Amino acid sequence: EHPKMSASQVKGVSTGTTILAVRFRGGVVIGSDSRASIGGEYVSSRVINKLVQVHDRIFCCMAGSLADAQAVTKMAKFQLSFLSIQMESPPLVKAAASVLKELCYRNKDELQAGFITAGWDKKKGPQVYTVSLGGMLVSQPFTIAGSGSTFIYGYVDAKYKPDMSREECMQFATNALALAMGRDNVSGGVIHLVVITEDKAEHVIVPGNKLPKFHDE
Amino acid sequence: PPHWSPGTTIMAVEFDGGVVMGADSRTTTGAYIANRVTDKLTPIHERIFCCRSGSAADTQAIADSVTYQLGFHSIELDEPPQVQTAANLFKEMCYRYREELMAGIIVAGWDKRRGGQVYTVPVGGMMTRQPVSVGGSGSTYIYGYVDSNYRTGMSREECLQFTAKALSLAMERDGSSGGVVRLAVISEQGVDRQVILGNQLPRFSAA
Repeated sequence: EHPKMSASQVKGVSTGTTILAVRFRGGVVIGSDSRASIGGEYVSSRVINKLVQVHDRIFCCMAGSLADAQAVTKMAKFQLSFLSIQMESPPLVKAAASVLKELCYRNKDELQAGFITAGWDKKKGPQVYTVSLGGMLVSQPFTIAGSGSTFIYGYVDAKYKPDMSREECMQFATNALALAMGRDNVSGGVIHLVVITEDKAEHVIVPGNKLPKFHDE
Repeated sequence: PPHWSPGTTIMAVEFDGGVVMGADSRTTTGAYIANRVTDKLTPIHERIFCCRSGSAADTQAIADSVTYQLGFHSIELDEPPQVQTAANLFKEMCYRYREELMAGIIVAGWDKRRGGQVYTVPVGGMMTRQPVSVGGSGSTYIYGYVDSNYRTGMSREECLQFTAKALSLAMERDGSSGGVVRLAVISEQGVDRQVILGNQLPRFSAA
């Protein structure tokens, strides 16, 4: 369990954020909100896409300092494309997560970014990995992160079932993100989802007015 | 000396005819669990209870003072006091002494004028009525669960299940909450208290 990071501890533009990734039968869904803020006072971008494609079937999403996250993912993308040329095959999801982990662990004193990596590969199928702030790498059936994630631990613990269908999984991810965005003032905007399967990686956007509503709205 | 803090999870829900209140039972001094069977549901009057979070010393002192004032007021009035009055007394004290206090309190009960009511008086001294309210360090983890699972018009039984589940989820994630779940149902008939032991708590199949 990595320590909670408050938005005020991150200098500059931070993705006070909610991100998650969930494995389902045949693929993964990776999702995030779209808000970037400065110190929790000003929303510097309300439609930022935090889901970064590091290879054909591997995406990662970032939480923490936006500058750090962008620098690290750029480096990771380069290393992975080099790796896939060397190996003459698409990289494993674990390899992508490992690259991010090395960067986070080796530079832990300078960096303030945590990552979720999710994707599909031929060896193990759909997988979700989380790289915490200090550089710990863990594989899980689903994972949540970012400042808004604290509010939905109870919800995801109660609602997650292994082996969901694609639709159930998308609904689960959408609901969880909407609930977090409703309570965390540094998460918001629209919901970005990417559904990764053996065949393709599909980007779905749920705009603000189509977000699920709950009892007090 | 280690800082004595009741990291906690507390909750109260209104239903038609009364309220359900719940709390965990853990009190910690640093990493040591000083009391694993704490009772955080405190009677203020016959059909009015409060759930306490924050500094135990502060909340005990406030609760004692409000109990005294409310008892006196009820004798003067010659009838049971309203829940709103109790909530107001808490608010007065929490707001006036806001700089010295660290207290988050949920006041809930039943009176014949408005039925079951839940009022929350968080740190700072604001007071507002809510159909469902959560508090304490463990509450952050269950906002999503509570927001998505609460519906108006739940029955007494449904409220009990809902509260027990929400508290279990919070206790599983918050290191400062744990132990047993204490529940109290307050209605026209009186107060019905229950305890759900650790091994009887609802389980979830999460990773």
